[in-house]
Amino acid sequence: MSNGYAIAVNQLRKTYGKEQFVAVDDVSFHVDKGEVFGLIGPDGAGKTSIFRVLTTLLLAEKGTASVEGYDVQKDYKQIRKIIGYMPGRFSLYPDLTVAENLNFFATVFGTTVEENYHLIADIYVQLEPFKDRRAGKLSGGMKQKLALCCALIHKPVVLFLDEPTTGVDPVSRKEFWEMLKRLKAQGITILVSTPYMDEAALCDRIALIQQGKILSIDTPENMVKQYPEQLYAIKADQTYELIKALRKYPEVLDCYAFGDYTHVSFKHVFEDDLLRRYLMSEGLSQIEIKPAVPTIEDYFIKLLKS
Amino acid sequence: MENVVIKTDKLTKRFGDFIAANEITFEVKKGEIFGFLGANGAGKTTAMRMLCGLSMPSSGTATIAGFNVYKQTEDIKRNIGYMSQKFSLYEDLTVLENIRFFGGIYGLSNRELKSKGEELVEQLGLQKEAKKLVQALPLGWKQKLSFSVAVLHQPKIVFLDEPTGGVDPVTRRQFWDLIYEASAKGITIFVTTHYMDEAEYCDRLSIMVDGKIEALDSPANLKKQFKAASMDDVFYQLARGAKRSD
Amino acid sequence: MMFFISWQEALNVAIKHMAMKQFINFVKKEFAHVLRDKKTLLILFGMPVMQILIFGFALTNEVKNSKIIVMDQAKDLASQQIISKIAASRYFDIENTVMNTVQMDAEFRKGKIRMALVFPAGFNEALLHQGKAQIQVIADASDPNTANTLSNYVSAIVQDYQSSVDNRVTVPYRIVPVLRMLYNPQLKGAPNFVPGVMALVLMLVCVMMTAISIVKEKETGTMEVLLVSPFQPILVILSKAVPYLLLSLVNVASILLLSVYVLDLPINGSILLLFAESTLFIITCLSIGILISIKTNSQQLAMLISLMGMFLPTVLFSGFMFPIENMPYPLQLISNLVPAKWFYMIIKSIMIKGLGFAAIWKETLILAGFTVVLLAVSLKSFKIRLA
Repeated sequence: MSNGYAIAVNQLRKTYGKEQFVAVDDVSFHVDKGEVFGLIGPDGAGKTSIFRVLTTLLLAEKGTASVEGYDVQKDYKQIRKIIGYMPGRFSLYPDLTVAENLNFFATVFGTTVEENYHLIADIYVQLEPFKDRRAGKLSGGMKQKLALCCALIHKPVVLFLDEPTTGVDPVSRKEFWEMLKRLKAQGITILVSTPYMDEAALCDRIALIQQGKILSIDTPENMVKQYPEQLYAIKADQTYELIKALRKYPEVLDCYAFGDYTHVSFKHVFEDDLLRRYLMSEGLSQIEIKPAVPTIEDYFIKLLKS
Repeated sequence: MENVVIKTDKLTKRFGDFIAANEITFEVKKGEIFGFLGANGAGKTTAMRMLCGLSMPSSGTATIAGFNVYKQTEDIKRNIGYMSQKFSLYEDLTVLENIRFFGGIYGLSNRELKSKGEELVEQLGLQKEAKKLVQALPLGWKQKLSFSVAVLHQPKIVFLDEPTGGVDPVTRRQFWDLIYEASAKGITIFVTTHYMDEAEYCDRLSIMVDGKIEALDSPANLKKQFKAASMDDVFYQLARGAKRSD
Repeated sequence: MMFFISWQEALNVAIKHMAMKQFINFVKKEFAHVLRDKKTLLILFGMPVMQILIFGFALTNEVKNSKIIVMDQAKDLASQQIISKIAASRYFDIENTVMNTVQMDAEFRKGKIRMALVFPAGFNEALLHQGKAQIQVIADASDPNTANTLSNYVSAIVQDYQSSVDNRVTVPYRIVPVLRMLYNPQLKGAPNFVPGVMALVLMLVCVMMTAISIVKEKETGTMEVLLVSPFQPILVILSKAVPYLLLSLVNVASILLLSVYVLDLPINGSILLLFAESTLFIITCLSIGILISIKTNSQQLAMLISLMGMFLPTVLFSGFMFPIENMPYPLQLISNLVPAKWFYMIIKSIMIKGLGFAAIWKETLILAGFTVVLLAVSLKSFKIRLA
């Protein structure tokens, strides 16, 4: 039943408990071979459930899913041979050393560290100085690197990374994405989830997901292009006062803080002068208004509010 | 000087040979939103614990809401609120029960608890959910409720440890609305975050690297100082050179 | 022809070799977990020692040096001989000899004495001529266990005396603990505890520790990664059991060494048989531990179930703390469902009575039955997926 996709998900549904809490609601998407595909959404959106179905850890109630053409239910054994998985939780043995963890996972997958060392070489170099340290004593960023090494050591065809950067500082996050780029260059398909919108732009394609439903699937560039209104970035001396003033302004469709600016969209044609005068009458100064290029985060906010 | 609610001078915490927090010196004014940034392992948690009166400093001084961190830890605890991403509320209690419990801890009277509880539920738009278990709420609502509970006793300072981790972008902004409101009421906000756009929302922020505060100013000034386009760049320039991690 | 091994066979051998290597690697890792965790180690090896010492010395049912009084109205040969025998026993201290019941009552009221013996006048006479004599044994039954034990001791001593004199003589009561008398002539309490402690320790180590160590992997998320690997899921579980099997055998050995060299109790039966039966019981316990770990998701719950569901019944129903014969019938029936009961019987037979396999094959068969059923249930309920 090969369908040519690295991952194919079709009308997947997963509920939990007696109350039938819907974690995954009629989700369909596919991932091409060699693609970096991002599932972008907040905690509780259903990302982990999708990962668990695809990694053969959970069965869905409805729908089908396949990895490299293998059905997640029937062919789970084949899937388990070809995938690498890094769960959201810290999934190493804290009482084993870095080297012991790596060796252990290598043997579990029927290989040796030497055999596929080239795959992890750039990442492991950074861990080498700590190889006799217990994994529990590593920093968040280091743990995450080790977990990635462990997930890569058997040369998986598809790599599943469930929120690999949650709780990790921006520097480590950047480094992590650099590593993913290099893995992609080696032809590994990567499905990654993250609650950080800025990481979305680093994926080939993304699915925005909220409350078990996929809101949109596209490349980050196309998604941003679909933003319906012209977006403006406005700044003043007092951010919170500015937001409050803008919310009262009848022509404003939406406004929210965005970094050092406030992103604003308007219902009709926007008049710079009128707005400036209004804001000054509200006691604001140092007003700056300029058109802004929407980001994935703007698009997601738009989808969430509609 | 009354306006300064947090004042530290060369505050240091050592664990054996390891200096987790190294001569931290800063001041935070009343009603200020103070961002406390740093890479994993830079010493943020250690510093925050000392400021909350949970951990005894090795040397240096610190005054929190006018109380000494060495001697008056109980007074400090009465005058601060605390919220972290990990522990927020009791999942198996209802919204109202949580409000009553945490309010009760800080010695609010029954009448106050009742009126404040109702006020809070209304303010958050949780009227329908007031008698539901907290575990049934979406994460974003839990975090908002958790924050409101942390400021229920009108503390002078509220410490927020990565309060918006994993929360969707809309809820994250609603959360910041709550922060702004609290700050307008004169509550000082001390917040850590890994979201660099949130760093921009702070009045001033500090960036810790390897146990030391390497930068401290308003977001705009920091960007000027480091000739950076965004806070992300500022952070990257500083933290890239970090030698240690937790 | 012999050299014609097809490539498939070669592959099979290679796969088996690989699986074996993986398995060994797994077991090594498991040992690392146990050996690096000081608290686990302490429980693992400290507990048997502590329990043996506690049960062997402090918590025995034996009542030593109990104060008693004797009212000898006979003052003849037989009464004096019995009294001196009792006085010589380490269980009794003859506090006083009194002459009337009023004095006796007063002594009891003061709580100073546990028991009184009354030899009626003409005791020897009656014994010799009527072949029947009576000793009145009055015990302070406010502590019924002690009263019971003491009266058992007295009857044992009297019986001993009786068999040493004339065969024609019969003693009026036969509340004689035959088993103890036969196999534990010094009336030592410890032998009964050693098999009991063995059952307890094995239960704790195998059930609780195995369950906890597996559930811990579920909690930390490593189980997810292991399940997703091509490694046979059931081997994940079984390889966790192997180290505990070996450690438990070490525990059995240490308990036996302690009982021989510290408690001074000989092992009367075959040591090999003892270890074989212990291994069987260990496998029973491991199956229970695995079953618990499959059904639970938190370490706390696993511990609670192990303690309440396994440890407590072992203490209550294995027969080493509370005699099963004295329990109401329904409870006696329930006790049959406790594997530790059968193990306790087996070990007692081998260690104390020195019996061979012929005498315990029935119990062994029952225990083996438990093992097979439990192992089957736990393997069947094992899932290749989460939840």
